[in-house]
Amino acid sequence: MPHRTFLAFIWPSLLAMLLFIAVPIVSVAYQSLFVEHQQILSEVESCGPFGCKSEVRVDAAAMAELRAEEPMGRYNGLGTYTNPTHLAFDEVREAWATSGSFGNFIGRVMNLPFYKALIFTLCYTFIVTPLVIVLGFCIAVAVNNVSARLKGPVIFFSLLPMIVTPLIGALVLFWMIDSRGVIGATLQVIFNDPQLSLKASPTLTWVTLFVYGVWHSAPFAFVVFYAGLQTVPQDTLESAMVDGASRWERIKYVTIPYLMPLATFIALMQLMDNFRVFEPIISFSAEANAPSLSYMIYSDLRSGDFPLFGSAAASSVLTIIGVIILLFPVLIRNWREFNRKA
Amino acid sequence: MNTYAFRLSAVIFASASCLAAASHAECGIEAGNVSILANDFEALHVIATAAEECASPTVTVTKNHTTEHANLQGPALTANPSTYTVVMIANDSISGLLSTDKLLPLDDLVAEYGGDLQESQLIRVDGQVMAIAFMVNAQHLWLRKDILDKAGLAQPTTYEEVLAAAEAIREQGLMAEPLAASYKPGWDLAADFVNMYSGFGGELFAPDGSDVAIENDQGVKALEMMKALSAFMGPDYLTFNTNEMSARWRDNLAAIENGWGSRAGQAIDPAQTPLEIADATVFAAAPTVGGGTIPATTMWWDGFALARNISEEDATASFRAMMHALRPETAEAHPKAATWLIEGYQPTPAAAGVLASMEAGAKPYPMVPAMGLLHRALGDELADFMQDREDAQTALADAASAYRTAAREAGFLK
Repeated sequence: MPHRTFLAFIWPSLLAMLLFIAVPIVSVAYQSLFVEHQQILSEVESCGPFGCKSEVRVDAAAMAELRAEEPMGRYNGLGTYTNPTHLAFDEVREAWATSGSFGNFIGRVMNLPFYKALIFTLCYTFIVTPLVIVLGFCIAVAVNNVSARLKGPVIFFSLLPMIVTPLIGALVLFWMIDSRGVIGATLQVIFNDPQLSLKASPTLTWVTLFVYGVWHSAPFAFVVFYAGLQTVPQDTLESAMVDGASRWERIKYVTIPYLMPLATFIALMQLMDNFRVFEPIISFSAEANAPSLSYMIYSDLRSGDFPLFGSAAASSVLTIIGVIILLFPVLIRNWREFNRKA
Repeated sequence: MNTYAFRLSAVIFASASCLAAASHAECGIEAGNVSILANDFEALHVIATAAEECASPTVTVTKNHTTEHANLQGPALTANPSTYTVVMIANDSISGLLSTDKLLPLDDLVAEYGGDLQESQLIRVDGQVMAIAFMVNAQHLWLRKDILDKAGLAQPTTYEEVLAAAEAIREQGLMAEPLAASYKPGWDLAADFVNMYSGFGGELFAPDGSDVAIENDQGVKALEMMKALSAFMGPDYLTFNTNEMSARWRDNLAAIENGWGSRAGQAIDPAQTPLEIADATVFAAAPTVGGGTIPATTMWWDGFALARNISEEDATASFRAMMHALRPETAEAHPKAATWLIEGYQPTPAAAGVLASMEAGAKPYPMVPAMGLLHRALGDELADFMQDREDAQTALADAASAYRTAAREAGFLK
């Protein structure tokens, strides 16, 4: 395609990406370098139904003046990135110096908010993504082999997790795993432990979130693989059959290599999506057991009277860096393949 | 429809329109917009609905009840003109609006139109009236008299007695998990910690105002008492919030709990709770703890304030509509909806727990600007202790560290 034609087609989308993706990212990165002005406090008398009391108040007029002069707030450099709720350099260094064993060091680092969220996010990403790809592929192969009459209903059923609103799907599961719900109560009977709670135990909460993540995303992988299966060259499959290849060998040596680029595509999409895991944490009330990086951003923006914009911006930038690191190997591979073909 | 029913409905319609006409006259508003932002519970519905009576061809009254009110109000009142003219607030949610100067001082409006108001309703900050309170609220004891009687127990007045009572109820096979508390990590867990800590006589902030002071003996004792209580709450107790607690009470799944006063009316209303439970429910002051003398709870008020960025006409209309809503008739018509501060209100059994806690000297929930940041840090960090993943000292140190980081960013600490 000549460059002129390429540009003519791409410029509307480039412009939209610049306006709605690049500019906001730059503004978030800029914002992460600033924090709120030092509050000017004064002691005043406040009275109400429970009597009078001398209390500290923010001098709103003086603060408004400060904000008018410097609307961005105080310049803090990379201070927000290194503070105890983010990369926590000082705390990590201190833990390294004072903890006797490596296990103790890891334990102390994992107690820091950012690392606690990071470890859950990474576990979620690296457990859910491969399982989604494998499960999606299995469903696609299975559906491809059912009789034509059943195909319609089976496809509809397989797509249900994607059709159901994510929040509703998660809530249904959340109620089922309640200690009085159908799954929770059954598990209590099976393990003969009336105190067993899928919601209270951190490990079981993680498992529940992983299961939900796979359940919710598998249809996406299924649809992509199913479409791919329709284009697998029939003559190659037939010649494999003539050569005496079993069903499993045909899948292994013909279908899977043919669908590999699709698997890469799904992996890319899922890595990005899963690294930003958020909704299931809210619907499962799992904030305490399984905070993610996205949940940290949400929580900072909702800290009531004083939203921590700097903190949320720093977490966003760290998340973007995380996504780039995750996608790097896949992108490098694609680039090499592209060059080889060219 | 037969003629009798038709006549009856005609009479009702006629009298309703008479009432409506009468109330227009009572509100006395010529023109203006009233739009209300409020939290979502019964008492606030009562007030907002009463304010709606002032709607007329020249006066519009709209309302938005949402539990997200505290996150909406800042941005909504920053707009000019403000998205809402009236915000219903409490002693926690007013701080942020005061700190950013988003509220209109009400002294002139009170002098001109605030006839029925009592001095205790006026929230004065540095001499100026910034809000009008209309009800008080607190978490206090909800008790099932029938179960206590069967177990041969007196009403507990301390948390130590609550533990003993729970043990006895469980041992006698009356209820396996007799206690409930709102320990959901986040807002609820932090509120319960603040209550228990206050019962042990703890101060949240250092005397100079900004640095946090929870890393002490009272903090540890408060957490340990909460852990001891949780042993009687069933395995999912860390997902209980206020709604879940009301549901457990209604479903006969709790015999003693620390419930909100604003929900007490529902628990003894046979229309919303099975009759045998509603009849057996009594309310008492929050218990004392650790030999302390004041109830382990904090007192809250709910009230309203006006946005600064609105026209004078809208401000007057909004204030007069709210004054109409706060007439003694509203409290008379809904006596169980809340512990009203409205003139002429006669306390009902639903208010017994709140008033008893107040009389016994429970402290108010702090109205200082940095309290929201501390509340959030507590809500995020204390769950690790409740789940046995950390000891109490570490959980308190984590909460203090999270608070200090947030307070530095928000400019409260150097």
